[in-house]
Amino acid sequence: MIKLILTTTALTMAAGVAFADSHSVVRLGTEGAYPPYNFINDDGEVDGFERDLGDELCARAELTCVWVTNDWDSIIPNLTSGNYDTIIAGMSITDERDEVIDFTQAYIPPSPSLFMGMDDGITLEGAMIAAQTNTIQAGYVATLDGVTLIEFATPDETVAAVRNGEADAVMADNDFLLQIAAEDDDLMIVLDPVSLGDGVAMGLREGDELIAAFDAAITSMKEDGTLNALLVEWFGDEAVTW
Amino acid sequence: MFEFCADPSSLDGVRWFSCYLTNGVHMLFYQSFLTVFTLLAIAAPLSLAFGFAAATASRARFLPARILGKGYTSMVRGVPDIVFFLFFVLVLDQGIEFIRHSITCPDWDQPIRQGANFLVCDAARTPQGNAPQWVHEGYNFGLAIFTYAIVFGAFCGNVLYGAMGAVPKPQIETAAAYGMSQRQVFWRVVVPQMWVYALPGLSNIWMILIKATPLLFLLGIEDIVYWAREIGGSRNSRFAYPHPDWRFWYFLGLLVFYLGFTRVSEIVLARVTRRLTRGQATAGGEAMRKAAT
Repeated sequence: MIKLILTTTALTMAAGVAFADSHSVVRLGTEGAYPPYNFINDDGEVDGFERDLGDELCARAELTCVWVTNDWDSIIPNLTSGNYDTIIAGMSITDERDEVIDFTQAYIPPSPSLFMGMDDGITLEGAMIAAQTNTIQAGYVATLDGVTLIEFATPDETVAAVRNGEADAVMADNDFLLQIAAEDDDLMIVLDPVSLGDGVAMGLREGDELIAAFDAAITSMKEDGTLNALLVEWFGDEAVTW
Repeated sequence: MFEFCADPSSLDGVRWFSCYLTNGVHMLFYQSFLTVFTLLAIAAPLSLAFGFAAATASRARFLPARILGKGYTSMVRGVPDIVFFLFFVLVLDQGIEFIRHSITCPDWDQPIRQGANFLVCDAARTPQGNAPQWVHEGYNFGLAIFTYAIVFGAFCGNVLYGAMGAVPKPQIETAAAYGMSQRQVFWRVVVPQMWVYALPGLSNIWMILIKATPLLFLLGIEDIVYWAREIGGSRNSRFAYPHPDWRFWYFLGLLVFYLGFTRVSEIVLARVTRRLTRGQATAGGEAMRKAAT
């Protein structure tokens, strides 16, 4: 057993020398379960608004990037421990997250969060609201009096909870819910929109030199209008643009 | 895969399904069955080796070896599997990083543990942040296999320890009377005969090991459960093959797979038991002898 541990250690150390040049490859971490922001498409590849955005940002910053997926629940701890270099997963800027990681400037402007349910007439009072764990929406619902929060690990499960009647409504970002509600006759947007967060941005480890590179790339995409074109392409004509 | 799959939205019925079931994510889903088989193929012999070492150590005359062997088996057996899995993978990962950190970055002055974070210098990160994706996946898979081997090795150790003790005493005494040394008695008499006593216990462990493979999902490895949940979830028209929530069918498929797999295992194990029972001084061996005459 000891021998085995020593061999693996020796192997990994040898591997370490070969890949010592840091940031020669930038690993973009995403969730891959939040269409249209990011999802795994039918070919098994990361796809979505953030895929297009990330590839373009890497091209402008002249970086070689690879995509990796990680559960939403552990996406911040795995960034800080170095499993990947950035989070690009529809993550809104909040003060709590900003204490642990650093954000670039926002690439999606602050947009309202919505509720989606099966019954138009529901009230917030006494309602069961589904939301994904560790999202701004879950944080918001938890602060409401008389409302029960039901948390799920993946966005799909929050919607499934509404479909099977476990929850009265699901709360999530508007672009995620609008496309689902548009295709399902049973589901509709209910209650009033709520404005949460300071926009969606990339998250990086504190003090990472890549922040400046990505900030510059985002600025250039905002200036030449490609970012707005991308927002409209993925989120439709009503998308909030810069 | 097929030529008519170029435009999925125009398909229906059998054609739609034949394209759907052969698209990229399904190929990854099928590959993940290989992941499960690979895990079993490596973890099972490794567990047996760990178990054999533990059983031998538990029988040793040398006290520290005995303490080590018994301590290992009783400790792992006493902790719930899932707790041990989550804990040990973390310990192994952080242990490797800590050792490399101490070697490569002796000048590091910041604490490694900062709140919930475990921070080592860049050179000590395992695997390296910019290593190819397969290295990251292989490393995680390796940690998982090792953890399976540790956990199931403890169960095997307990079974083999009992089996070694169950070899009839007179046989050992006879061997000693013939002038065999301790080592010879162990390798020539105890080990060849213990398997028949160990087999019921070992086959049980094999079944438990098969049923424990979905724990890979907990360790963040993209196994069959991961893909069943991923593909089975409802998919809107963003996807080439939209469908409602089909997780029920995918999990039903996994259920059938596991049932079939354990059934095949049972048949194979029954044959092995017959083979090992032949000529043994056990009730089973006796019955076989009587039937033959």
